[in-house]
Amino acid sequence: MKDMIIPWDEDTDFGTPAKEGKPVTLTIDGFDVTVPEGTSVMRAASEAGMQIPKLCATDSIEAFGSCRLCVVEIEGRRGTPASCTTPVADGMVVHTQSSKVKKIRKGVMELYISDHPLDCLTCSANGDCELQDMAGMVGLRDVRYEAPEGAGLANHFQTRTGAGEANPEWRPVDASNPYFSFDPSKCIVCSRCVRACEEVQGTFALTIEGRGFDSRVSAGTSLDDFLSSDCVSCGACVQACPTATLQEKSVIELGTPERSVVTTCAYCGVGCSFKAELNGDELVRMVPYKHGKANRGHSCVKGRFAYGYASHTDRILNPMIRDSVDQPWKEVSWDEALGFAASKLKGIQKEHGRRSIGVITSSRCTNEETFLVQKLARGVFLNNNTDTCARVCHSPTGYGLGQTFGTSAGTQDFDSVEKTDVVLVIGANPTDGHPVFASRLKKRLRQGAKLIVVDPRRIDLVKSAHIKAAHHLPLRPGTNVAVVTSLAHVIVTEGLMDEAYIRERCDWDEFQDYAAFVSDPRHSPEATEMLTGVPAEELRKAARLFATGGNGAIYYGLGVTEHSQGSTTVMGLANLAMMTGNVGRNGVGVNPLRGQNNVQGSCDMGSFPHELPGYRHVKLPEVREIFEQAWGVEIDPEPGLRINNMLDAAVDGSFKGIYIQGEDILQSDPDTKHVAAGLAAMECVIVHDLFLNETANYAHVFLPGSTFLEKDGTFTNAERRINMVRKVMAPRNGYADWEVTQLLANAMGAGWDYTHPREIMAEIAATTPSFAGVTYDLIEEKGSIQWPCNEAHPEGTPLMHVDAFVRGKGRFIVTEYVATDEKTGPRFPLLLTTGRILSQYNVGAQTRRTENVVWHDQDVLEIHPHDAENRGLKDGDWIRLASRSGETTLRAKVTDRVSPGVVYTTFHHPDTQANVITTDFSDWATNCPEYKVTAVQVSASNGPSEWQEDYSAQAERSRRILPAAE
Amino acid sequence: MSPDKMVRMANQIATFFKTQPGPDQSDKVAAHLRDFWDPRMREQLLSYVSDGGEGLDDLVLSAAQKI
Ligand code: SF4
Ligand code: SF4
Ligand code: SF4
Ligand code: FES
Repeated sequence: MKDMIIPWDEDTDFGTPAKEGKPVTLTIDGFDVTVPEGTSVMRAASEAGMQIPKLCATDSIEAFGSCRLCVVEIEGRRGTPASCTTPVADGMVVHTQSSKVKKIRKGVMELYISDHPLDCLTCSANGDCELQDMAGMVGLRDVRYEAPEGAGLANHFQTRTGAGEANPEWRPVDASNPYFSFDPSKCIVCSRCVRACEEVQGTFALTIEGRGFDSRVSAGTSLDDFLSSDCVSCGACVQACPTATLQEKSVIELGTPERSVVTTCAYCGVGCSFKAELNGDELVRMVPYKHGKANRGHSCVKGRFAYGYASHTDRILNPMIRDSVDQPWKEVSWDEALGFAASKLKGIQKEHGRRSIGVITSSRCTNEETFLVQKLARGVFLNNNTDTCARVCHSPTGYGLGQTFGTSAGTQDFDSVEKTDVVLVIGANPTDGHPVFASRLKKRLRQGAKLIVVDPRRIDLVKSAHIKAAHHLPLRPGTNVAVVTSLAHVIVTEGLMDEAYIRERCDWDEFQDYAAFVSDPRHSPEATEMLTGVPAEELRKAARLFATGGNGAIYYGLGVTEHSQGSTTVMGLANLAMMTGNVGRNGVGVNPLRGQNNVQGSCDMGSFPHELPGYRHVKLPEVREIFEQAWGVEIDPEPGLRINNMLDAAVDGSFKGIYIQGEDILQSDPDTKHVAAGLAAMECVIVHDLFLNETANYAHVFLPGSTFLEKDGTFTNAERRINMVRKVMAPRNGYADWEVTQLLANAMGAGWDYTHPREIMAEIAATTPSFAGVTYDLIEEKGSIQWPCNEAHPEGTPLMHVDAFVRGKGRFIVTEYVATDEKTGPRFPLLLTTGRILSQYNVGAQTRRTENVVWHDQDVLEIHPHDAENRGLKDGDWIRLASRSGETTLRAKVTDRVSPGVVYTTFHHPDTQANVITTDFSDWATNCPEYKVTAVQVSASNGPSEWQEDYSAQAERSRRILPAAE
Repeated sequence: MSPDKMVRMANQIATFFKTQPGPDQSDKVAAHLRDFWDPRMREQLLSYVSDGGEGLDDLVLSAAQKI
């Protein structure tokens, strides 16, 4: 019950999960307790402040009832039921501490301890072990089991038996996972790990093998260790384990932490909340925060374990400058570096005009930092040349949803997936890209929700443990619009649309036009089959399922946006949702899965060259006036340059200087040669980052950045949730990133005087209506807030478009398929599409500097066996991958996950340079690059290409650092 | 920007608006260009149009009069 006072701290483990249901009142040890129906007696007692001893129960997973430590007596019932598996009933009278149950518990405990080593003082879980706690709680004082004469007690923890022979029951520690170890000698076989892997993570990597005394936890088959099993290293089992059996290696090495700070993951757009646990300023471990509303206590391998980059020796901690990029770097003071940068930028503007310089904001930095970087362009450079890496991922979402619904915001919160009945996943690979969301989705699918996957590749969701997609539409890359329009064709021509909803919520006339358009037989699945490669019957079934299966939710990713028709596909998805009445309540909606942690936030904060914060076009005088008042400058009314336009303008000579915060455009943006040419043509490139990234090879000024552990601020995740980032330790480089931007602005004469990011948030709130109600105090109080947060929604907005669309009536927009100019032909007969994998993140600058490389130490090219055979290629061969833009080499992985004619790779490693291959084609509306379709040829090769060799030589040269002059 | 690239980008925009119902397609193309192309890009387009505008979609040519 909500109004119940919880007398324990926020980490209290209630033993079993919370339930929803009508109130039930019972008596526990003389106290009346009211809880929702379905709650266990254990949880009810815990909520009332009475902890019942337990070992096999924990509140992240369903009760199992195996240890019998939690027995209680219930008046009128026989025996001693386990409180974790017994649901409450009205009028029930429970006694948790009768002499009978106390005796049973002692007996249970004694049995456990008899097969457990007694080396508590040197155990890595000392002080953080539930077995210890429970032994104490039940008052266990001695263990009476005695070994028979001449032999030992059968046990799992001694390497040798009493008779001096090797103990057949003993197993060595499995330390194969780089982040945690498994010591079977300490296992109590409570199966919490197994259930966490199943229920929380959904991977089913663990089993209990054998029975009775022989039963033990096993990762994969008996031949596997943790690393070779299906384990994805999410750490849920480690967190669930009550003993030291599954333990973080960092805890084994550094000891148990004594303080903790709640903060937000800086990797993907799920935005998981974590407790950073420390000793002093030494980070010991990251534990997903139970009360984090995006992740509900779960995480993936990146957020939980891959933080080692923060203390990696490659980090640059001192500012550096150089006059030209063929010189080595010179370490200088902050003053000198900033003075150098400012005078260069000012000189360029003087000579080449106001619009000759610009900025790139980072989707990895905080909202406050992004706001300042765009303010630097608008308020100090006095132009709108600001863009962000969201350009290359979700800019079509902004345009497409803006046009149809009136706001680019995703419509739901992540909790919404728990109420959905049919999920359409298109152009996204959540198990790799958005793992914690994927775990929550899989949980819902195991409960019976149906899944439709539209993707050229057979992604893991299509079929994995206890999950099978109802329909997989393996479309040819580049034909999204044709498939989405065909889905609409089926829904409209078969009369499956929700007419009442459309009449009430949408523009009916526009719907008529749209219906006439999609009903044309040329959009039928039979007509588009040749083009898309999707079997017509399967597409029809998928459309029917989506339209009639209950709450339908659409989740999409970069496989939708990164196309020449990216914006059109987004509109098509919005059309699908509107025509089936699937916007405006729980369990439905159109949900962009954002790539980087703060993509949403960086867009909200006005990073785009045509929009001031809050998605308001710079042409609008009333909007400009707000900022002119606040900043005392005149805002340029003309849109600025987008990233690719900046590079074009640089080559043309009209754009000469750039400040890039926390992005590596040389590695992440398409057509590397073009990016390199643009950067090389500039007179002042300022890179502000943690490492000498690839872009820095072309930089004149390097300003060291700070990690998310070293600063305060906020990130906004894919559900518009503003989460707090809290400073866990002092910045190793001396300044948080917002301070560095402020120093640069002031070196140019801005006179800013922020002393804390909360002041920046106050400025955002004062100028941006959707953030009007946001303050640090409110975020502290609520834990997180979903914007819009203003007078109309003082506590934020979990669901968008509840009674009406933001723009009023939802708009149906005609979505004609236009083939991309990127076509296969005799020279380049295959289509390359790109993606990412779980253990690495984006350009890999962070994850490559952690142990995550054990899962992915190089990019490989997935190719269908048929295409491989035609070319005489075998698994693991070096191959040459060429497009009309360039060529590179990497190793082949032969797999039928990709269809014939399609090849696939990731772009996490700079040596591979997958973007040498991608072209400069882009979305028609937003110039979002077409990463997902490139015509290529694949052939045998025996080593790195000429470009790779030149490139690494150039990179080597440009990374030289001279020692600081004294 | 190379003329080829500019022509392609402009034509892509025209191709979308051409498919939209209504009589005001060239206004829509012009508005899109005004909203998203920085002044130097629009100037490049205009000077290309006055040089003959080779390869540009008719809709771009008529929109160019309105930006
Ligand atoms: S780390 Fe995650 S995936 Fe691996 S065994 Fe544990 S719960 Fe399962
Ligand atoms: S490894 Fe830990 S959680 Fe798993 S069965 Fe053993 S003691 Fe329980
Ligand atoms: S990378 Fe994403 S899913 Fe993984 S912990 Fe971070 S926010 Fe969560
Ligand atoms: S905690 Fe209830 S049986 Fe183990």
